[in-house]
Amino acid sequence: MAVTEERGAATLDVERIKADFPILERTSHGKRMVYLDSANTSQKPRKVIDTITEYYERHNANLYRAVYELAEEATAMFEAARTRLAGFIGAPDPSSIIFNRGTTESINLVANAWGRKFLREGDEILFTEMEHHSNIVPWQLVAGATGAVVRLVPIEDDGNLDATKVEALMSERTKVLAITGQSNVLGTMPSIKRLAGSAHAVGAVVVVDGAQLVPHNPVDVAALDVDFLTISGHKMLGPTASGGLYGRLELLEAMDPFLGGGEMVMEVFPDHATYKAPPHKFEAGTMNIAEEIGLAAAIEYLEGLGMESVRQHERELTAYGIEALESVGATVFGPKDPELRGGALSFWYKDIHPHDLAQVLDQEGVCVRPGHHCAQILMRRLGVPATTRASFYVYNTREDVDALVAALEKAGTFFGA
Amino acid sequence: MALDELYKEVILDHYKNPRNKREMPDAELSCSKNNPLCGDEITVFVHEDDGKVLDVSFVGQGCSISQSSASMMTESVAGKTREEAEAQIGSFRGMMAGEVEPDEDAFGELVALKGVVKYPVRVKCAVLGWDTLQAALAGEGAAEGSSPH
Repeated sequence: MAVTEERGAATLDVERIKADFPILERTSHGKRMVYLDSANTSQKPRKVIDTITEYYERHNANLYRAVYELAEEATAMFEAARTRLAGFIGAPDPSSIIFNRGTTESINLVANAWGRKFLREGDEILFTEMEHHSNIVPWQLVAGATGAVVRLVPIEDDGNLDATKVEALMSERTKVLAITGQSNVLGTMPSIKRLAGSAHAVGAVVVVDGAQLVPHNPVDVAALDVDFLTISGHKMLGPTASGGLYGRLELLEAMDPFLGGGEMVMEVFPDHATYKAPPHKFEAGTMNIAEEIGLAAAIEYLEGLGMESVRQHERELTAYGIEALESVGATVFGPKDPELRGGALSFWYKDIHPHDLAQVLDQEGVCVRPGHHCAQILMRRLGVPATTRASFYVYNTREDVDALVAALEKAGTFFGA
Repeated sequence: MALDELYKEVILDHYKNPRNKREMPDAELSCSKNNPLCGDEITVFVHEDDGKVLDVSFVGQGCSISQSSASMMTESVAGKTREEAEAQIGSFRGMMAGEVEPDEDAFGELVALKGVVKYPVRVKCAVLGWDTLQAALAGEGAAEGSSPH
């Protein structure tokens, strides 16, 4: 494993990690490629790529329905992936893991399968100003369909979320708290455990957008006591369209199905059907088999590094990155304390529009994301049309931050800012 | 280098010193559009009399491509008849779609924006002002919402 023991804390051996990622060997515009867009999607280690290749070369078959050896292998691998993902997030029962394409699909699943069945007129859905559109729009849609109302929870000027203000908005009308575990723009990490307790006290369910939380932190759903947690596999070294949803089993059992079709049913009659138990009740049609098996390989890789070590590495890079960006005159949004945030650094640099900035950075081989990051409500709150975002993962180094800063200064010179 | 192909001197000049960037309180026609993808927004004003586009101005915020394109646009269509202005919008769109090889005489400084064609994500920045002008000429007025891009 690419981990060395140092003063009791495991430090990532990033040079060895980088060697596991074939894409990081390539150049971009003739320069060393500096990939700082992992909050958008992560790169994939050879282990994941090889696992997918081997699956298609040796084990490919559809699940459950065939009796031949090949299909049994594919089914066993797919279910082993479920068990691995359950273990990774501390879910006691693999049946509480629904596989799907990730966070967007997961929140739509909860909003439709739980929301349409249990929400009533006047019920309230709380979400914060820093939510990604995927944790806003599905709730607006279900509110429109049920007569429930959405309420926006404000954030503080420093990008933190004041738990007492969230709690002040809670009442017996509150039925859903939809909240990010780690903001994709600000890096902010709300106190999920405390807020879950408060939400449960008024009878609300807690839906956590784990798209950024799960890839970068040790997560234990049992300890956090959340009802739903979404997982985006492609942001945690896994294939695109991998991941899924953790749901408290009794809720999954009470909910309606989401998509109807083959493999989610027990018996079908002309006017109705009966459904399988979770998780299969929510897995209609041919699944993303290779992707979830690839995700299992990604989890194995992350577990080999140790999620405490991953978090520690990013905490250090975040502290270094904030200081480096501020030293050249960039304004970094979100909490400054790396204990309170993850490694997505959104910033504004010398009034150069983020699209212009990212274009110059691209010429220097530096990959960042300009734009509103699917968080238009947050952009308005910050008073900017867009930001430039650099985000870190296990393969990033201080040299990457230095390359970013050097490219920023070039952009400043180029635009005369 | 490639960056200079995209950001020609004339583009940077129009970005830093935008022409006709002002409100026009007595404009006969005006329209606002935004590009939610980048947060760019623009309002275009047209002073039109007897089928002639006498003056065009704009206000708004955005990247260097959207701002310089709008600035060049105001100069290129002022003084044209409505039909000539609409033809200019059409041929600019054609250049941005890679379908029209710009004629230096007709395009003037606008030729500088040809380099944007190689950067598909930025094409919508370049055409934002032109879409807004076309909507203003069509009498759409201040539109909520966004350009179709």
